[in-house]
Amino acid sequence: MSETLIRPRIEARPLGERLAEKLPLLLVPLLMLGGLIVTGSPSTWATLTVAGLAMGLMIFIMASGLTLVFGLMDIINFGHGAFVAVGAFIGFTVLTWLSGWTGHPSVLMNLAAMLIAVTVTMLATGLIGYGFEKVIIKPVYGQHLKQILVTMGGMIIAQQLIHVVWGPDALHLSRPLALQGSWVIGDAAIEKYRIVAVGVGLALFVAMRHVLKHTKVGLLVRAGVENGEMVEALGYRIRRLFLVVFMVGSALAGLGGVMWGLYQETITAHMGSEIMVLVFIVVIIGGLGSVEGCFIGALLVGLLANYTAFAAPKVALVSTIGLMVVVLMWRPQGLYPVVKAK
Amino acid sequence: MAEPLLTLDGVHTHIGPYHILQGVSLTVPQGGVSVLLGRNGAGKTTTLRTIMGLWRASRGEVRFDGRDITQLDTPSIARAGIAYVPENMGIFTDLTVAENMALAATSGPIDAKRLSWVQDLFPPIRNFWNSSAGTLSGGQKQMLAVSRAIIEPRRLILIDEPTKGLAPAIIVAMTDALRQLKETETTILLVEQNFAMASSLGDTVAVMDDGRIVHAGGMATLVADAGLQERLMGLSLEAHQ
Repeated sequence: MSETLIRPRIEARPLGERLAEKLPLLLVPLLMLGGLIVTGSPSTWATLTVAGLAMGLMIFIMASGLTLVFGLMDIINFGHGAFVAVGAFIGFTVLTWLSGWTGHPSVLMNLAAMLIAVTVTMLATGLIGYGFEKVIIKPVYGQHLKQILVTMGGMIIAQQLIHVVWGPDALHLSRPLALQGSWVIGDAAIEKYRIVAVGVGLALFVAMRHVLKHTKVGLLVRAGVENGEMVEALGYRIRRLFLVVFMVGSALAGLGGVMWGLYQETITAHMGSEIMVLVFIVVIIGGLGSVEGCFIGALLVGLLANYTAFAAPKVALVSTIGLMVVVLMWRPQGLYPVVKAK
Repeated sequence: MAEPLLTLDGVHTHIGPYHILQGVSLTVPQGGVSVLLGRNGAGKTTTLRTIMGLWRASRGEVRFDGRDITQLDTPSIARAGIAYVPENMGIFTDLTVAENMALAATSGPIDAKRLSWVQDLFPPIRNFWNSSAGTLSGGQKQMLAVSRAIIEPRRLILIDEPTKGLAPAIIVAMTDALRQLKETETTILLVEQNFAMASSLGDTVAVMDDGRIVHAGGMATLVADAGLQERLMGLSLEAHQ
């Protein structure tokens, strides 16, 4: 082939377009700056910011699996909240069994109890996810209306099963001893558990990015989100990938359930469906299928919810929906949509 | 006479309520380029997608290398040695050129010698190795799509309208590359609207209309017979040039 005929050339995109792509990254610091102006007090701002980041990152844990399931499998899973609630109750059971460890003065014992609870929860919700995909999701691939109906039905069944197994009452889920209380830095009180939640959320984000960017499975997931049919035409069984992603998404929802339960210190069978409103908002803000978008969306939602709860409590309830409306007016497919090519 | 590499025998394909392929029988011999011609909506793309298992044949049989592949799923068909370059190219725009190529190498890491050959065939693949595939021009994306299909040796490559929407210079370059590819042992089944390009590459030709094969034979015969071209496609090679 003559190179002169096809002299390679990438047409440079306009500067404005390239900058616009980076703009969502500025939203989080801009919101934090806005929060500082609104609160007017650095210590209050620090407390609210850490609370917002913790809340956002816990929502990210729950939403990251859902956005991949949305993007890769084209599944609208309204039953995702069931895994959050079931995860919280399984975590509660494990932590109750290990109450001797959680109440022990040793930080290591406390963390070991947390680790065991989280591991058991993720394994259990991952396995439940396997059954959920096989029994409930598989028959309705490509049928969105039926997906909504059957996954909501699945969530209602899960809530009733929680009532059967754990009873109808709200349960108190106490944090391990080492994660109770706050650190006081200057005038700011920072809850220890929130720092842990931030750490877990950031670690998960870094791990997910690493897997998605630097492993073949990650490449397949990213390619599958964009064009699953072509992945199959290359010789890969995307159905297996679907199943694995669904199980991972369910396990992450379970992890989010434990984290959220420990954050609220109260768990109910309906906690999953309640938090799902915020989870869906985050997924929509971020753009379907995008882990990065989901991360930014979760931070925005968490921070905004905390700042508005402080500055204008009556507005707090609608602030996240308002944020979603504004983002969608700016970018109708979300901040970083991955599935736009479908 | 050598056993054909691919045969379709009375293949019917339905898409929803529509009966698209209505008994397609087609033979693709080993080696060389077989061209599938026909007007828009004749069923050419559906034929390729049915071969790949992306749309399931409701009746009839597809045999590849003597094996019935009609009921195989798409990954199994791909791993049997058939590569597919769809009309929309199927590039993963969120991935880099290197990542696109890495995914296409299904049997392991990319063979360096093979990659070098592909990059000589399509220099943009070398020049933009670490660039996002989404930033490539249309012609470069098409080169990437074909490169992906040949990064590992395949018995058969199905290519759907590789020149669609490309600039004339790129069409010449693409034709040249496919001609070099033809010199290897790879068999190509090419769907093409550009009759001048198709006739310069094709050894055999089949013409489709309304979901059926209405003519099959040597390309030289069709090229030499303006009346036949007129009758089958409504215009002749001269009119194309």
